Amino acid sequence: MSVSDLTPLSSPAGAQVRAVHDEFHGDLLEVSMGPHHPSTHGVFRMIVTLDGETIVKLKPVFGYLHRNHEKLGENTTYLASMPYTDRLDYLNSMTNNWAYAVAVEKLAGLAVPERAEYVRVILAEMTRLLNHTCLAGFLMQDCGCMGTPLMYAFREREKILDLFEALSGSRMMCNYQRFGGCRVDPSPEWIAGVRQLVEAYGPFLDEFEALLSGNEIIMARTQGVGRLAPELAVSAGVTGPVLRATGVAHDLRKVDAYGVYPKFDFRVPLGDHGDTYDRYMIRILEMRESISILRQALAALPGGPIMDPKAKLRGFRPKAGEAYGRIEGPKGEIGFYLISDGGPNPYRYRVRPPSFINLTILEDMCLGHTVADAVIILGSVDIVLGEVDR
Amino acid sequence: METVEQLRDRLLARFPGAALTVVTNPSPSAQHSLVIGHAQAVEIATFLRDDPALRLDQCSNVTGVDWPDKEVTETTKVTVPDPAGGPAKVVAQTSKRLEPGYLEVVYHLYSISLRHGPVILRLRTGNRTDQVSVPSLTPVWRSCEFQEREVYDLYGVQFTGHPDLRRILMWDGFQDHPMRRDYVEPDDYQWEPTPHGEVMAKAKQHYPAAPAAPAAKEGGAA
Amino acid sequence: MSEPAPTPAPANPAPLTDAERDELRRHGILLTSLQEIYNWGRSRSIWPLNFGLACCAIEMIAASMARFDISRFGSEVFRPSPRQADLLIVSGTVTKKMAPQVIRLWNQMPEPKYCIAMGACAISGGPFKQGYNVLKGIDRFIPVDIYIPGCPPRPEALLNGLVQLQAKIQGQPIAGPDAPRHLRDDINCDCPVPEFGAHDLEPSQNPTVWQPPAPLVRTEKA
Repeated sequence: MSVSDLTPLSSPAGAQVRAVHDEFHGDLLEVSMGPHHPSTHGVFRMIVTLDGETIVKLKPVFGYLHRNHEKLGENTTYLASMPYTDRLDYLNSMTNNWAYAVAVEKLAGLAVPERAEYVRVILAEMTRLLNHTCLAGFLMQDCGCMGTPLMYAFREREKILDLFEALSGSRMMCNYQRFGGCRVDPSPEWIAGVRQLVEAYGPFLDEFEALLSGNEIIMARTQGVGRLAPELAVSAGVTGPVLRATGVAHDLRKVDAYGVYPKFDFRVPLGDHGDTYDRYMIRILEMRESISILRQALAALPGGPIMDPKAKLRGFRPKAGEAYGRIEGPKGEIGFYLISDGGPNPYRYRVRPPSFINLTILEDMCLGHTVADAVIILGSVDIVLGEVDR
Repeated sequence: METVEQLRDRLLARFPGAALTVVTNPSPSAQHSLVIGHAQAVEIATFLRDDPALRLDQCSNVTGVDWPDKEVTETTKVTVPDPAGGPAKVVAQTSKRLEPGYLEVVYHLYSISLRHGPVILRLRTGNRTDQVSVPSLTPVWRSCEFQEREVYDLYGVQFTGHPDLRRILMWDGFQDHPMRRDYVEPDDYQWEPTPHGEVMAKAKQHYPAAPAAPAAKEGGAA
Repeated sequence: MSEPAPTPAPANPAPLTDAERDELRRHGILLTSLQEIYNWGRSRSIWPLNFGLACCAIEMIAASMARFDISRFGSEVFRPSPRQADLLIVSGTVTKKMAPQVIRLWNQMPEPKYCIAMGACAISGGPFKQGYNVLKGIDRFIPVDIYIPGCPPRPEALLNGLVQLQAKIQGQPIAGPDAPRHLRDDINCDCPVPEFGAHDLEPSQNPTVWQPPAPLVRTEKA
C-alpha cells in the first residue's frame, strides 16, 4: 500500500499530513493494534495506517466483547435485565442501573420517593468519583507513567467499593436500583462512612493533582494532542466530559434536571481547547463538583421510604408503548430505549452506549499524530468495552 | 417546543406531498414519533437540523426494530338485512389477513443548543426480505455512522448513502442478522452443568438416548 | 505437600523423612529433591499475561494493586507479550469473535504454561450463556488448570486460585507418565484455531481437549 492508494482524508489535519509526506512517496505501514494490546482498555482493536510514525488512517474494529446484551434483554423480564446493566459499563454499575430505572419509570409512569432520589444522586456521584479517578490513573498509565497514579487511583476505588459492597452486597455488580426506588435503605453508619469518604476525597485530589496536573511531562504529552472541534463533537453525538472539554455546555444534570439535581448548587466545568489535557482536567474539576454535590446531598438527605410502596417488581408488565430515558453517566449520556408490547419482557431493549458513540470521532482526533499519541487519545475518550460492544 | 402534530404540519408546508405519519405513544412517557417516507428523508432531516426554531443538532440514538409478519384476526360487525323483511341483524364476521412485517429504524434527535427534545423519527423498510433499504442519515448527523452500521449488522437494513456500510459487531463472513426475531442461534449446548428452563430444553437434545437402567447408572458414575 | 517422587537413587533408596530433614536444617544443611526445587521455582514465579477481556479484568487489575498485592505470590510481573508469559488468565466473557485470538495467544505462549478460567463467563458463558456470540466456556478450546467461580470473582478469589495453581504445580512429578506437558514429547499442546464460519465458529469445539461429559442421571420420582 502506498500513499496514493489512500482515499482523500476528511480531516484538515490529515490532509496537511498527506501534502507534506507525498513529496517523499514513502510506503505506508498498516498496524493492527489489538484486540490484545495492553493499552486499548480491553479487547478494542484499531487498524492504523502509518506514514512513518504519523497516523494517516485509523479504523476501529468492534465486536470482540459483543455479548448480545440487547438480545438477552428482549428474552428476560424487565427486572431480570437490571443485573445485566451492571455488566455494561462495569466500572459504573450504579449509573447504568439508574439509567435503566429511569427508562422503565418513564415507560410505566412510576414515581420515586424523595429519599431514593437522594440516595441515587449520592451513589451516582460516588460512581463519578470512582470512574474519573480510575480514568486518570489509566490515562497516566497510557502516558507511560507506570504504576504509581494507577495505584493511588485504585486505593481510592477500593474505599468506594467497600461502601458499595456494604450497601448492595457486591463490589462491582451492585444491582441496586429498582423501578420506583432502591433495593435497600442505607443505614446511618453507611451514611457516616460516605461522609468520611467525601471529607477525605478533597485532600486526596489535592495530592493527586500536585503529582500530575502541573507535571511538565504530562503537559507536554497531552496539551494540543487530539484536538476536537465543538461542531464535529456535537454532530458526532459525543457526550459527557469529552464534549464538555470542547467548550459545549451540555450536562444532562442541568439540561434534563432529572432526579433532585435542581436542588443542588454545582457548576459544569468546560474546556477551552478540546485536547487531551482538557479532557483530563475536566474530570478532575468534575470530581471537585461531585464532592460538593455529595456534601449537599448528605446534609439534606430526607427520611421516608426508599421504595414506592405501589411499585410492583414481580410480574411487572407495563402497558404497550415506548420510552427513552437518559441520564448523565460518568462517560456521557447513557440511555435506554424500551418498547413494550404489554408482555413481561420488553419487545425491544436498546442501550444508548456513550463509549461507543464517543468513538465515532476517534479517527478525526488521531489523524496527524503518532501511535503513542493515539494511545493517550483513546485513553482520554474513556471507553469500557462492555459498553462499546454490549 | 412544538408538538409532533405541529411539526408535521410545518414539515408538510415546507415539503408538500411528503409522506409523514404521526405515531402516538400511549405510554406515560408520551414520546410520540413521526414516520417519514424515504423520498425526502434526508432533506427533512437536514431541515430539522438547520431550522432555527428546532436546531436538532444531535442525533442521540439510532435503534433498529424488527416487526415480523403477523396474522391479524379482525372482527367486523356487518349488518345483514333480513331477507324476510324483518329488522336487520348484526353479524360478527372474522377475517384473517397477513399483515406484512417490516424493519424499522428509530432516530432520537435532541437539540444541544436549544436544550429540547426528543424528536423521534422512524424510517420503515418495505418488507423484511428484499426491500430492506432506507436512506442513511449519516450525511446529516455523523453520530449515525457506527449506529447505522450496527443496525445493518444486527437487522440487515441496507442504508443507501452510508459511506462505509460493513458489519461492525459480528465478523465479516457471518451471514445472519441475529437481532431479528426469527433468528435461530447455533446449537452448541452439548453439555450444560446445571441446565434449567430454555437451556435445559436445548441441552436435552444432545443427551444420548436413554439406555437401560444399569447402563445409565454407569454413565452417571463416569 | 506431596510425597517426594520415587526418583532413581540406587545408593540410598530410603527417602528422608520430614523430621530428619528438619533436623538437618537445624544444623545448616538444606536437603531437597530435584523435583521439589524445580517445582518450587516454577510455582513461585508465575508471570501472567497482561490480557483483560471483560469485567473480571478490572478485578484482576485490582488484585495486582496495593491492597491485594499479587506480588506476595510472585506473580506481579504482568507481561504484555505471550512469549514472556506463563499464565493465561481468561478474565471475562470469551465471545466467538474473540475466541480465535485467545487460542492464538495460548499457542504463542511457551511451555510450561497454565490457564486460569476466571469468572462464570470464562467457565461456561455465565450470565451471557444464551447469547449467540458467546462461547460456552473457554475449556472447549484450550486446557484449563484452575476454574475460579464468581461474577466477577473477588481479588481474593483470584489469589486463592493462584495458590491452588501453585499447589497443583508442586504436586507434579517431573518424570514418568504423569509428568506435565512440557516435559513430555508425546503431547502436542498446540490447539487448533477455529475459523469464522457463516453461522458459528468452525469447529465449535476442540474434541482433543473437551468432550461433553455424560449428563448427570437424575433419579426422578416414578
